[in-house]
Amino acid sequence: MIQLVPRSTASTFWQIATPVMAVLATMIAGGILFAIMGHDPVAAIRTIFWDPLFGPAASYSRPQLLVKAAPLILIASGLAIGFRAGIWNIGAEGQYIIGGITGAAVALAAYPFEGMWIFPAMVIAGAAGGWAWGMIPALLRNWFGASEILVSLMLVYVAQRVAAWMAFGPMKNPEGYGFPGSRNLQQYPAASNPELIEGTGAHWGVVAAAVAVLVTWVLVSRHIRGFHIRAAGSAPRAARFAGVSPATLVAFSLGLSGALAGMAGLFEVSGPAGQITDNLGTGYGFTAIIVAFLGRLHPVGILLAGLLLALTYIGGELAQLTMQLPAATVQVFQGMLLFFLLGFDVLTRFRIQRRGK
Amino acid sequence: MLRRTLLASASAILMAMAVPAMAQDEPLKIGFIYVGPVGDGGWTFQHDQARLAVEAEYGDRVETTFIESVPEGADAERALTQLALAGNKLIFATSFGFMDPVMNVAAKFPDVKFEHATGYKQAENVATYDARFYEGRAVMGTIAGRMTKSNKIGYIGSFPIPEVIQGINSSFIHARKVNPEVEMKVVWAYSWFDPAKEADAASALLAEGVDVILQHTDSTAPLAKAQEAGAIGFGQASDMAAFSPNPRVSSIIDEWSPYYIKRVGQVLDGTWESGASWAGIGEGEVVIGDITDAVPAEVKAEAEALRDAIGAGEYHPFTGPLNKADGAEWLAEGETAPDSDLQSMNFFVEGITAQIPQ
Repeated sequence: MIQLVPRSTASTFWQIATPVMAVLATMIAGGILFAIMGHDPVAAIRTIFWDPLFGPAASYSRPQLLVKAAPLILIASGLAIGFRAGIWNIGAEGQYIIGGITGAAVALAAYPFEGMWIFPAMVIAGAAGGWAWGMIPALLRNWFGASEILVSLMLVYVAQRVAAWMAFGPMKNPEGYGFPGSRNLQQYPAASNPELIEGTGAHWGVVAAAVAVLVTWVLVSRHIRGFHIRAAGSAPRAARFAGVSPATLVAFSLGLSGALAGMAGLFEVSGPAGQITDNLGTGYGFTAIIVAFLGRLHPVGILLAGLLLALTYIGGELAQLTMQLPAATVQVFQGMLLFFLLGFDVLTRFRIQRRGK
Repeated sequence: MLRRTLLASASAILMAMAVPAMAQDEPLKIGFIYVGPVGDGGWTFQHDQARLAVEAEYGDRVETTFIESVPEGADAERALTQLALAGNKLIFATSFGFMDPVMNVAAKFPDVKFEHATGYKQAENVATYDARFYEGRAVMGTIAGRMTKSNKIGYIGSFPIPEVIQGINSSFIHARKVNPEVEMKVVWAYSWFDPAKEADAASALLAEGVDVILQHTDSTAPLAKAQEAGAIGFGQASDMAAFSPNPRVSSIIDEWSPYYIKRVGQVLDGTWESGASWAGIGEGEVVIGDITDAVPAEVKAEAEALRDAIGAGEYHPFTGPLNKADGAEWLAEGETAPDSDLQSMNFFVEGITAQIPQ
């Protein structure tokens, strides 16, 4: 008989080992899936995980990893702060959309003026929009005890409608023949967020993601607020006695993760996406939840997990292109990653023991 | 060493001999990017059918690849770039929202030709194409006007953009032509494909007493709702023959094969040029699906006569006198709508009481 025995403290070894095991298990299960579908499993796995980095078109796809990973890392860094304290912001997708809209609003209001102040003002407006959208569930929780999980999630759908309204209404391009969508910010130099160095894929969002990793690292490991967050997550009662205000923590973490998600939205709208459309949200806010957990809520882990998830996106497209695997492959992969991670997580908190007589 | 150089030079000679032979037989690589999955049974499905028709037509001379379910925006730009890097020399981008990504990528790959569906931006290597769906809508409207008993017909719109507004106007004009009592209700689904929302929209229309539903969304959910309520409807984008003969009494089918086969042929023989194509019933791009026995024979004959008149170019669905919904004159007696008016259409014609959301 096999028995699970709780560990007194989480195993450090397994904390690092489980994400790696989850990735390997995903590759194996994915390979079996491809074999059943009649594709060469080894070739498929190589196309998804190897070719974007070292394949024939790698010089193009490697910078694209940064483009895809930056919003994931930026959003996940914020989410991880709340998750550590047991505050569940599931609505980063909505904060991302609203941040994109408020940021673009500054640009569209300033059009066609040129000025060095426009882009920084857009970043601030984007962060403020995401922060405000995140503060709604925070205040509702603090004032009325509403579940921030449900409220933040529901607000995603509200944000999607706001985006559709903007694309068809107030932000519609007046020179767009009545078609939906705002002006393309890529064609408005003062507001655009282009590659900083040609061929690297790195735009301001990539810089912001790197800064977010550093700042959250310092916050979590060195700052008193980081200590409060960890304490509230692991021992809420003790934290309360130590003078940690739960209401402040809720407002802080939802506000911070909202602001980071809003910035991610703005960088995307002014850069790779270029315009406000009715389908502004492409799922970064939800995928970032997987990134946060796969990265063990640790800044460095999130950096690696963000790059890995970006790899599944790019590799999944390559697999479609070269092997005609279905598009759903990417979602299946991401789902399996989280599934296996949560499954293997048992090992960090429990020991497997053979039951003796 | 000598042996190695010998081998190397031998292989170089072989390569040199092989290359021209290969260049001759090298198939034209054609890429497709789709906004939905090929199995959507509607818009993307029809584009993929046309891709298969291209393969059937040209066989070994072409090699096609597709990427499905590509979100509009940044991801589309990458997918297009990867298609171009993979050696595709002709790329079909089959959704309006791929427009700016196509323009960006086309500028970087001047030797690759792009075909963009339903857009309005062209370049030396970017052509656009669309279908005159409003021609088919005129036929649907005629059937709807004849078939309604409550004199209320409903329209499920996807988005308030010119293409959809043309369809609503065309249906209404021809319904009213055969039935002056007819009224039109419009519900917006704000989606091209969302069975749940489309079913809700159909229910809302049925609750208002509508007994004929027209749809500009791609799922069969409205037909299923119509069936429950004893109303009728039309197949959209693909034939939706599973709902024949009732509630699906006819359908409007997107048929891209003639255009795709023509354009691929032009690339193969080197005569491809950029341009804007807008073809309809006459060219076989808009096809009216079988009109079932649920429709009386004289109505069927009337609808088919209209279809043939439009196809032959004898009749334009937007022929004056026509006024805008606010009463302003649009087309004088006998005048037909210029394409520029249609391509930027953002008004309903007189008689439609619904508002276009702004």
